[in-house]
Amino acid sequence: MDRLKNIYNNRKILFYAIVFIAAVVMLSQLFALQVVNKTYRMSAENNVLRYVTQYPARGLIHDRNGKLLVFNQAAYDLMVIPGQTSDIDTAEICSILDIEKESFITRMRAASDFSKYAPSVFLKMVSSETYARLQEVLYRYPGFYVQTRTLRKYSYPSASHALGYVGEVNNNEIKADPYYKPGDYIGKNGIEKTYESFLRGRKGLKIYLVDVHNRIKGLYQGGKYDTISAPGKDIVSTLDIDLQRYGEKLMGDKNGSIVALEPSTGEVLALISTPDYDPSMLVGRIRTENYTKLQNDTLEPLFNRALMASYPPGSTFKPVNGLIALQEKVVSSNYQYFCDNGYYAPGIYVACHHFSSFNMPDAITASCNTYFCNAFRLLLDNPSYGSTAEGLRIWRSYLSEFGFGSKLGIDFPNELTGFVPKASFYDNIYGENRWKALTVISMAIGQGELGTTPLQMANMAAIIANRGYYLTPHIVKYIDNDTIAINPVFREKKEVSVDSLNFEVIIAGMKGVVNGGEGATATWVKIKDIVMCGKTGTAENPHGPDHSIFIAFAPEKNPKIAIAVYVENTGFGSTYAAPVASLMVEKYLKGKIENTWLENYILNPPDPDLMNDEDEKEEAVEEKEEIVEEKEEIEKKD
Amino acid sequence: MKRRINIWTNIDWLVVIIYLLFVFFGWINIYAALYTEEHTSLIDLSQRYGKQFIWILASLLIAAMIIIIDSRFYVFFSYILYIAVGLSLILVLLVGKEVNNARSWFEIGGLSLQPAEFAKSVTVLALARYLSQQGRTPAAFKTLLVSLVIIFAPAMLIALQPDLGTTLIFFSLVLVLFREGLSTYLFVIGILAAVLFIATLLVDSILIYVAITVAGFIYHLITGRGAWISVKGLAIYITTGVALFAAIYLIRGTVPLELVFIIALVMSGLMYAYYIFRHKARYALITLAFLLGCMVFTYSVDYAFNNILLPHQQTRINVVLGIDSDPTGAGYNLNQSKISIGSGGFAGKGFLQGTQTKFKFVPEQSTDFIFCTVGEEWGFLGTAFVVTVFSFLLARLIWLAERQRSSFSRIYGYGVVSIFLFHFLINTGMTIGLVPIIGIPLPFFSYGGSSLWGFTILLFIFLRLDASRDEHLI
Repeated sequence: MDRLKNIYNNRKILFYAIVFIAAVVMLSQLFALQVVNKTYRMSAENNVLRYVTQYPARGLIHDRNGKLLVFNQAAYDLMVIPGQTSDIDTAEICSILDIEKESFITRMRAASDFSKYAPSVFLKMVSSETYARLQEVLYRYPGFYVQTRTLRKYSYPSASHALGYVGEVNNNEIKADPYYKPGDYIGKNGIEKTYESFLRGRKGLKIYLVDVHNRIKGLYQGGKYDTISAPGKDIVSTLDIDLQRYGEKLMGDKNGSIVALEPSTGEVLALISTPDYDPSMLVGRIRTENYTKLQNDTLEPLFNRALMASYPPGSTFKPVNGLIALQEKVVSSNYQYFCDNGYYAPGIYVACHHFSSFNMPDAITASCNTYFCNAFRLLLDNPSYGSTAEGLRIWRSYLSEFGFGSKLGIDFPNELTGFVPKASFYDNIYGENRWKALTVISMAIGQGELGTTPLQMANMAAIIANRGYYLTPHIVKYIDNDTIAINPVFREKKEVSVDSLNFEVIIAGMKGVVNGGEGATATWVKIKDIVMCGKTGTAENPHGPDHSIFIAFAPEKNPKIAIAVYVENTGFGSTYAAPVASLMVEKYLKGKIENTWLENYILNPPDPDLMNDEDEKEEAVEEKEEIVEEKEEIEKKD
Repeated sequence: MKRRINIWTNIDWLVVIIYLLFVFFGWINIYAALYTEEHTSLIDLSQRYGKQFIWILASLLIAAMIIIIDSRFYVFFSYILYIAVGLSLILVLLVGKEVNNARSWFEIGGLSLQPAEFAKSVTVLALARYLSQQGRTPAAFKTLLVSLVIIFAPAMLIALQPDLGTTLIFFSLVLVLFREGLSTYLFVIGILAAVLFIATLLVDSILIYVAITVAGFIYHLITGRGAWISVKGLAIYITTGVALFAAIYLIRGTVPLELVFIIALVMSGLMYAYYIFRHKARYALITLAFLLGCMVFTYSVDYAFNNILLPHQQTRINVVLGIDSDPTGAGYNLNQSKISIGSGGFAGKGFLQGTQTKFKFVPEQSTDFIFCTVGEEWGFLGTAFVVTVFSFLLARLIWLAERQRSSFSRIYGYGVVSIFLFHFLINTGMTIGLVPIIGIPLPFFSYGGSSLWGFTILLFIFLRLDASRDEHLI
């Protein structure tokens, strides 16, 4: 009977078939997943391996006397892993972090959008006070943790342009160097940028094993693949922070620039560009906001005038024109030329205010336009060159030895070349051979198309101080207490092809400028017991009052400092730039200011309108002399 | 016809060995899945692997008891056991402990029991008892109806808990009905309905219409006597379809595509009807009706799902079908499960070396996703071993079922085969992405006292029946 019921016996085939097909399908899929496809192994690793970057401390920056300028402070980034958060007391978190509820929600959403399971920065650079308060409650907020990083801190609110600043890397920087990952910091300007590779150190990497709740379970392979971070190397800058700060104080709210060099080494002693800003402004959470503020400031506090502003050098250029004329023997040191209240030539008149005859040193001392127009014409139109264009080329080749018209190669980003016109420049304007020295005569007195930076002018002062050579200006003295990593270029002497005897002629004139000579322009800034050699200048400025310029070096023998001072829109070189330069030199060489009268004069200037009044100035000078005399009497009595 | 035989020698020891092998391998994998540094002992009773050791010992005891008991016990008590477990399924809905929003568990002392795990074996017993009676065949409508009631009464109670995974397992018993004589038409229609039902929810219904039409056309071309009429029919079908589409598009801008398909089919059907009338080709009529039926069915399922079900009901179905791609839900599980198995490679990462396993990336890894541990730590060698041996076990059980002389034993045997087959297919299939995520255990491997005992009882009753296959006919 049962046998009768079992008439569907052949239907067992279906069962065998299902089992067989299922086994084949299953085995194929398993083979595909486990043997053919290799990506799952990687996904498994991504699941459990957490790469935690170890950020090294950035190198410190000291000044030339070992004073600490830039150091690090701990900063705390609040991180979040959205997938792990629960029971957030939003009100409490917001009150601790001092953020709005809306801000909390948007930050949370941004983090979730990035990844639910990977950490994102919830709030950057939490202060240490907030961090302390946060730590007390953080255990109640799973998914939140704090990552420690370091931020820059500055000992002085000074030298912002020289030091530069540090900021988060942008996409271009990441592309240029794969070392950087989004969120890393990089030097953006100044020393921080040029010496980034030393200051940054080397990041380390720790590979942790984490479980599904992102809890760290230990080091991957016992730390076999971890790399240790190396701290950044400390840097000793050539800056003298006391001089730097004094210069910034002297500049006050004036716009301008001071560059001070040590002539024998090319080391930058001070590099000032005003208006400037407190470097602490560009640190931490306030950075972005402040950066925008500074960028939108019409006074351009982020603009480094010392290297990036090109001014016509004015009369401060006369020494170099004098040197070239002497070297090319178009004039001798005793060659005399008469100034009749100006330089008269066919179709041209250059104003001057003398009525006497000058030789080279006296012409420098008195800053005689007439003399230098004549000398320049003699140089360029020298018949032995064949053409004015050739004359210009020779003049230009001297200038390029002096570092004009090209970058000096300072260890600083964004240096400007300045401008020294080529013959072709004038050929384009006037046509070939259709211009003469008289056409371009304004360059004789440092005006016209010429453009030089304060750094180039300070370097020129250094060349004169050295009687014919310079070392490329640089701002870093030691890296990791050694000079080995310093670019050897900074130790190479660069000679100019002007004889040292000719320098002595010019120096005699520059000595007269400050220390008394016929028509001397800046004797009132003479420093007691120190022979400072200088040259005043006034750069015509189409946008407003002239810029006041002064270049100098001191002492006359074995100079220790060469300086260029630019004060914008303050008139004659002697009125503002000269006293500033004098005070800087005195400060550097004596370590203190004895000429308190002059210092007071600069720090609390009389009405600038009166400053241009000659009588007022003379009065001021007389007043000063009286004070000096009184002081001398007092000293005699002692 | 009664002969006394030694049941211990008559037991199919091959199946017993496979059973022991699987239970032991499962235990080791549970240990790996839950391993912690603090509890390294395999029989640490505070841990699941320690408990599983107890469950295994108890299972062996249960298995021995089942073998000792006379085989006629299972026949005579089948209805009583069925009703008793049925009552416990009702009781669990009333007093059961709620875990994960489901009332599936009794808690008696420290022991949790899941009556649904035992419902499988008693349902198979009851079904075998009923169908093995004189003159009963699922080919008969009344027998079929009663059989379906026997199968789906406990399934409905389990669905109320709700435990949709276990409910789904009861559908496997339809295979038993087929083996015992269910009409092929009904069976195919049933299977097709199930496939269409799931397909409608999983993919765009337009795709299904196209698939059905193409399948129908090809079928007719192969089996029908007039290839020319098929081509003509298709031409009319396409022309009507395109014309309708264009017309509706011009008038309304948006087109209910399923309507276009159905109307086009009716239009070409008129031509077919003429042909069928002339040639008396009933065959083609059936094909046509069948196609239309499929489309109407798909349309109704789609309509019902979108317009009758409430959103939370839709979500639940979506979750069961694994459509819901919430990364913390089913999609996350599948992804992590595939990563675990895929990262195992050919030879595996080694015992206790699986990072996915060790750091708990796969939820429920000791229960429903135990296959991931096998895949990650034992690699393709391990998974291929499990799949091959499990398939062999199923084939062996089919062979055993076929050698039964009594209908009761055979039907029971096929019930065992069907239930193990479904569990195996769905469980391993879901871990490697072949089947939607449905939370059911892998027999013998997954952690859990109730499920292990349930599978042990299911299997060993069959082994007991098989051992005395020559003893008496029931």
